[in-house]
Amino acid sequence: MQAGEYTLERDLILHKSQNGSPKVVCETAVEIKNADGLHMRPAMQFVDVANQFDCDIAVSNSETSVDGKSIMQMSMLAATVGSKLKIKAEGADAEQAINALRELVEEKMFDEPAPDEQKKC
Amino acid sequence: MEIKKGVAVSPGISIARSLIIDSEDYRIPRRLIEPSQRIIEIQRVRNAFKDATSELTQLEAGQSAIEQRKIKDIFAVHLRFLHDRSLRKKITDLIQSELVTAEYAVSEIMRGIASHFTKEKDAYISERAADIYDIERRLLRQLLGGKREDVEHLTEEVVIVAHELSPTQTAGFNRKFVKGLATNAGGRTSHTAIVARSLGIPAVVALEGLTETVSGGDTVIIDGNRGIVIVNPDDETIRQYEEYSLEFAELEHKLDAIREKPAVTRDGVKITLLGNIEFPDEAELVLQKGGEGIGLYRTEFLYLNRDSEPTEQDHYRAYAETISVFKHRPVIIRTMDLGADKYTQSKRFAPEPNPFLGLRSIRFCLQNLTMFKTQLHAILRASVLGEVKVMFPLITNLQELMQAKMILRDVMEDLDEESISYNRNIQTGIMIETPSAALMASTLARDVDFFSIGTNDLTQYTLAVDRGNELVSTLYSSADPAVLRLIRTVIQDSHKAQIDVSICGEMASEPEYIMLLLGIGVRTISLAPPMMPEIKQIIRSVTVEDCNNVARKVLGMNSERQISNYLRVAVRKILPEAF
Repeated sequence: MQAGEYTLERDLILHKSQNGSPKVVCETAVEIKNADGLHMRPAMQFVDVANQFDCDIAVSNSETSVDGKSIMQMSMLAATVGSKLKIKAEGADAEQAINALRELVEEKMFDEPAPDEQKKC
Repeated sequence: MEIKKGVAVSPGISIARSLIIDSEDYRIPRRLIEPSQRIIEIQRVRNAFKDATSELTQLEAGQSAIEQRKIKDIFAVHLRFLHDRSLRKKITDLIQSELVTAEYAVSEIMRGIASHFTKEKDAYISERAADIYDIERRLLRQLLGGKREDVEHLTEEVVIVAHELSPTQTAGFNRKFVKGLATNAGGRTSHTAIVARSLGIPAVVALEGLTETVSGGDTVIIDGNRGIVIVNPDDETIRQYEEYSLEFAELEHKLDAIREKPAVTRDGVKITLLGNIEFPDEAELVLQKGGEGIGLYRTEFLYLNRDSEPTEQDHYRAYAETISVFKHRPVIIRTMDLGADKYTQSKRFAPEPNPFLGLRSIRFCLQNLTMFKTQLHAILRASVLGEVKVMFPLITNLQELMQAKMILRDVMEDLDEESISYNRNIQTGIMIETPSAALMASTLARDVDFFSIGTNDLTQYTLAVDRGNELVSTLYSSADPAVLRLIRTVIQDSHKAQIDVSICGEMASEPEYIMLLLGIGVRTISLAPPMMPEIKQIIRSVTVEDCNNVARKVLGMNSERQISNYLRVAVRKILPEAF
């Protein structure tokens, strides 16, 4: 219950800060490297990181662009291993957001094994 | 105002606000709302998300151990979905634009997302559809759960509207406030119909698409005499119906006046009228309506609507309460008749492919001896309280009967050892409700004290028609010559063997069949208590000679249509107000 209320409150702050501050736009391309792709748990990790930032975050593949803070939309991207995604952030903390997300996807690989590592297990 | 025509299965008129019951596994019907109601439905969606979130948070907190991390992750993912505002917006947008209910919007959006996942080639991702269905169910439980509880905690009179009612649902009704039933599916012998008649409330079934027309709280008129349901009637219609309802009550009252008079034909032949009951408190109703005992106590209702099996004491208490109403008159207790549509299926891991031909009724009991013996123990213990008889359902061959009787003797020995008194000579009988039992009646008669013909199952098994399937239910008719020949065989064989025989199916409470039944030699009938005065009225208006003529004519006819038309005309001459 409290979690839900908290979300709403934070969203209000977000809109206020958007009006005044100068716009920063950052973009990067990442590749999904973990074997199982962007399934539910990685999608959750992604939106959890994305939601730590105030900037708007859009994630797109060749066909569609979705809200990087929505688990529904992120999981519906259904990105498998090897998929290339474009992440675009707009807002004061856009640069930090892009860095954190790229690190999660490409370096930490959502704490999951890459395809060849998995075969060894 | 909208008028829908269905099949009238229980007489009477009722005007009340509607309560809609949706079942969890049934596809939520698309039900439209008024534009002014949108804000309410959107608030319901918000509340459902909020309540589902707190339910999940608790569940997640309960999973703390490391090995449960996977489960914890699943709950965490589901929580993210519940916090996802774009998901909630999709649902509320659908309510705004399409004017649908919260339940429909949730179901529609979630199933849309799930089917998006199912289409993915990657197996790991496509399996995620299961998560979405799980979230859908959780939300629907929040939306529907309150209503389901309402059925037990009602504070005002309502009529129940549903796709189809299960025995578990009807067993949970607060009968003081449920004034009528209306369902999309069902037929004359469906469970809804049986329950409505035994409660004495009007019911109309087979109203295709009714749940899509009615919204919760709408005023609904259920006309159980003409088979009509009127949704949101205008003032004039309500006034007419209130008047009609009074007239009908007067007719009922007139019939009630014959309660004290005996069920004797004009030429002095005594007919015994017994009552069918499902709950002990209905025994009083049987007495009020002029019944002389219980011809069929359907004990399976003891098993429904509860989490655990009834204890021996639960059984005993229910039987003792029933018997106390009929101290020196017969009370026939039928052992548990579950399976197929009821109870046993929910206990199975995989449902049977053909449950009506599967492990049901006596077959289920003979494979679950502990449960069966518990019930027999209680019946025997109660046998000293009055004139108790025990009856086994769905016997198909002699061996089953012998097995059941052997188990009854085992339980008697147990009681001897425990030094508990019981009636050693308790009368034992069987239901004749399969064609095989009917054909073997002369053999089976040697080992029982009585037969009771269950015409519902006998008709369904003889004609190979599922009485609950709307697509073929018109083929279901007890007036079919094949069914009538079997019934006559059973009556003749029981007379030859000099054992008691009665009719206890729905046939016995339908006015058009009474003359025919008396004509083929039936002298005891067991029926739903509310129908007793009307049936007694018919009995008191005919002579056995008239009935014999009707039976002779009918048994010479070859088609169901010809027979039912003839029977209807015959009874209309006797009791015109019945139609």
